[in-house]
Amino acid sequence: MAKKSAHPQVGHVLPLRVMFGVLAMLLIMTYVTVAASWVHFGRFNLWIALGIAVVKASLVLLFFMHLKYDKPFNAVIIIVSLALLMLFIVIALDDTSEYLPNQIPGYAPSIKTNPQ
Amino acid sequence: MSQASDHHEHPPYLQHHFETAGQQFDAGKLGIWLFLATEILLFGGLFVAYAIYRANHPEIFLYAHQYLDKVLGGTNTVILLCSSLTMAWAVRAAQLGQRKLLILLLALTILGGFGFMGIKYVEYKAKWEHGLLPGKHFAPHEESHGEAPAPAPAPAADKAPSAPPAAIQLPGAKGPLVVERSRIADSATGPTGTLSTPEAEAAAADRVHLGQRPSNVQIFFSIYFLMTGLHGIHVLLGIGLITWILVRSVRGDFGPEYFTPVDFVGLYWHLVDVIWIFLFPLLYLIG
Repeated sequence: MAKKSAHPQVGHVLPLRVMFGVLAMLLIMTYVTVAASWVHFGRFNLWIALGIAVVKASLVLLFFMHLKYDKPFNAVIIIVSLALLMLFIVIALDDTSEYLPNQIPGYAPSIKTNPQ
Repeated sequence: MSQASDHHEHPPYLQHHFETAGQQFDAGKLGIWLFLATEILLFGGLFVAYAIYRANHPEIFLYAHQYLDKVLGGTNTVILLCSSLTMAWAVRAAQLGQRKLLILLLALTILGGFGFMGIKYVEYKAKWEHGLLPGKHFAPHEESHGEAPAPAPAPAADKAPSAPPAAIQLPGAKGPLVVERSRIADSATGPTGTLSTPEAEAAAADRVHLGQRPSNVQIFFSIYFLMTGLHGIHVLLGIGLITWILVRSVRGDFGPEYFTPVDFVGLYWHLVDVIWIFLFPLLYLIG
């Protein structure tokens, strides 16, 4: 939604108010994510940290990297690459957990590490 | 090409094969986004390695992350976020033709990059001095820095069984951690790989309970150094690129008509920031 102007190539100029607003939110979320790491929520710690990271990354992508105002095709590229990465991680994790019950104790490669 | 009269006037920055500056800008931007997509996939392989090792060996990650300094890591996050702001602002300054502001903001961004690498150096140096190195170089030691590095992955294993491996404690590291068991049986321990007797399982559990070093902690440091190292190389590259943009801005190459390189280097710098946004909690803020 780049505004039409006398210089069409200038595209969208990010207002300073938006810029500093985004930075403030990023810094607040950094503080929250560090503070949350001192508290033990068990398994939720990972999901809290990842959730905050996703929101922070989205803010950077949308505003600092102008995706919100850009041609939608650029967003398509980045969303597709992130979706493929998710697929990679999910399938690899699923695969490795699939093999766990089949591991026969004592039949792993013998690397001498710790005699205890 | 041959006859100048065939062409209407066009600015020096407009390449011959583009109709308009706008078309040139959009084509270049598409190329940069494609490049950034490949960057995500490059780091993606390391994120997958991280995910699998953490899923299978949570105790290694819980144990080892206490040797990373959350304060230093958090400071670096803040530095990188601020340098992202100065970069975004620099693009704005270029768009609005504010040359002096552009130069100042680019210089600040470079300063942020060096600040980040400086703290990274302090962190790496501490790991190096404590022998917290990846793979076969992993040889943690507490007091004696002159100790010859042991070739075995876990030198503590050579000590007498009566003296369990001491939990290495850095200043600031807190006591025993949340207990997690490896999801993969510790079967790679005996010479023939036949370890998983109930006694050995209990011994491994005791080590974890006492906050002592679990087996194969070097895996964490391999992943840590690979991920932060590749990211650090990207920061160095970014510093180089922004320096190039800075030199060109001093020369007065950029203005509202043409600021393409500022914008594209900015996109790269922001992506490096985005990657750190994920690396920081995944490596420093575990448990």
